[in-house]
Amino acid sequence: MRKKAILYYGLGIFFCLSVLLPIYFLIVLSVSGRDAVYAWPKIFYVANLDWSMFRFFFEVEGVTRAMFNSVLVASLTVVFAIGLGTPAAYALARYNFFGKNFYRIAILFTRAFPVAILALPLTVRFINLGIYDTIWAVVIVHTALALPFSILIQSNLFQSVPKELEEAAWLLGCTKLQAFFKIMLPICMPSVAATAIFAFIISWNEVFAAAVLTVKNRTLTAFLISQISESPLFFQITGSFFLVIPTLFFIFIVRKYLFSLWGITNK
Amino acid sequence: MKELNKVMPYLLLAPSVVFLVFFFFSPFVETFFIAFKNAEGGYGLHSFRKMYDDLNFFVALKNTIFLLFAVVPLQLVLAVWMSLTLRKIKKFRGAILYIWTIPLGISDLAAGIIWLSILTERGYLNTIFLNLGFIEKPELWLSYEHPLLLFAAVAIAEIWRSLALVLLIIIAGLQLIPKEYDEAADVFGAGAFRKLFRVTLPLLKPSIQSALILRSILALEVFAVAVAIGGTNLPVLASEAYNWMANYLDYGVASAYALVLLALSIISTLGYLFFLRTPADAA
Repeated sequence: MRKKAILYYGLGIFFCLSVLLPIYFLIVLSVSGRDAVYAWPKIFYVANLDWSMFRFFFEVEGVTRAMFNSVLVASLTVVFAIGLGTPAAYALARYNFFGKNFYRIAILFTRAFPVAILALPLTVRFINLGIYDTIWAVVIVHTALALPFSILIQSNLFQSVPKELEEAAWLLGCTKLQAFFKIMLPICMPSVAATAIFAFIISWNEVFAAAVLTVKNRTLTAFLISQISESPLFFQITGSFFLVIPTLFFIFIVRKYLFSLWGITNK
Repeated sequence: MKELNKVMPYLLLAPSVVFLVFFFFSPFVETFFIAFKNAEGGYGLHSFRKMYDDLNFFVALKNTIFLLFAVVPLQLVLAVWMSLTLRKIKKFRGAILYIWTIPLGISDLAAGIIWLSILTERGYLNTIFLNLGFIEKPELWLSYEHPLLLFAAVAIAEIWRSLALVLLIIIAGLQLIPKEYDEAADVFGAGAFRKLFRVTLPLLKPSIQSALILRSILALEVFAVAVAIGGTNLPVLASEAYNWMANYLDYGVASAYALVLLALSIISTLGYLFFLRTPADAA
């Protein structure tokens, strides 16, 4: 029995290391300076701290702006994905109406679409609308990607709240809207926040649509991929560092909700 | 009041419906028009012929499909293995699970660059090889001279990045299986492998199915990982669509590529639905 436990923990730690080591290497390289990126043989720890890569990174034209754009696009995507998604999710959770199943299936169906199929025709449309190469173009596509998730996840969350709580509020004189904001939302707040973080991550990490829809107003991912054949490795590494660090933080915050967010794929 | 209750759900749905019709379903339909439009304004297979004649098309198609076959099955095996391991772990279970799911938030572009920095000429892998005495000087593995290694590198980065998604779905599925089944199998003296193939996996089929559908669709879309590691030496369908769009400004061919991607997604989804269907009487 003892031996078996060692085996299981050994395996567990092995898989942990496979996940963590590449991220560890990224961080080591990012703070060791340019020379360390090209050093041979490599040192497996930070020999001496050197922030020069960060300085260089931010001095490159367009980087600060791309980073700012990424934050802005992801934040706006959150606003739209939650703003449009929450009412729809509530309708799915609390009402029975004609077309409900059709709506649900149509939402599920959207997952089968490659991003390319959205981004290409929208480019043409956005040029006509005059919003091509603006952050709004990217926000719209990212919302289209995040909205289905937001709807399905939140409708599951709302469903798990007993209906009686709301009914009690109605009896005590709350309107439906008041009951939603005073009862439903406070109960669901943590999980709605988790949904929002997920929408943020979807947008923050998205490459294809952002790269296709922008020329000057790049997001960080679009900026990095458009420069990838010309930029030196140390620049790419610093870029990845800034892509990865915020999401590490976010995944840590939402770790408890991962299952309620992804468990729905079983339905 | 009664009236309002009837209209209410539609009012609540309306914003999302309007948005999705405008920015999801109508562009989807439009893709077909763009792909089938000819230069003269009529409709035909002009763009598809151009795509077919493109030297990169079959290479990209092959790479994309081979990546799917290299990545997804291995991810499934690893995910089942990891979740069964996790079942036996009591202490630090939460911490281990958290670490395993970290890549869920990591961008595919960053994942590609991370693995590039590990596998590159003067990277960590070669340093380990040096210490083990396999090589004496930096060796360049990721070049067009070693297409197989290039392919393997992309596959590894892709497996590393997206295993967490499969893992979460499988673990969620395992939690739905009552412990009694396991105990019953033990009582009847089933060995570990027999238990896995006769009890656990069949009961896990719905989860396996949804994991495979979701992951295959995403695997077909592989883009940033392949570009970061392989550059132009490992074209995939999505990177070709991007090239035709951003560099050659030919929306028709780009849309044709997008439609090929869509067709593959649909074929793989239908395939899983058919081959992993649960018979009605067994459910």
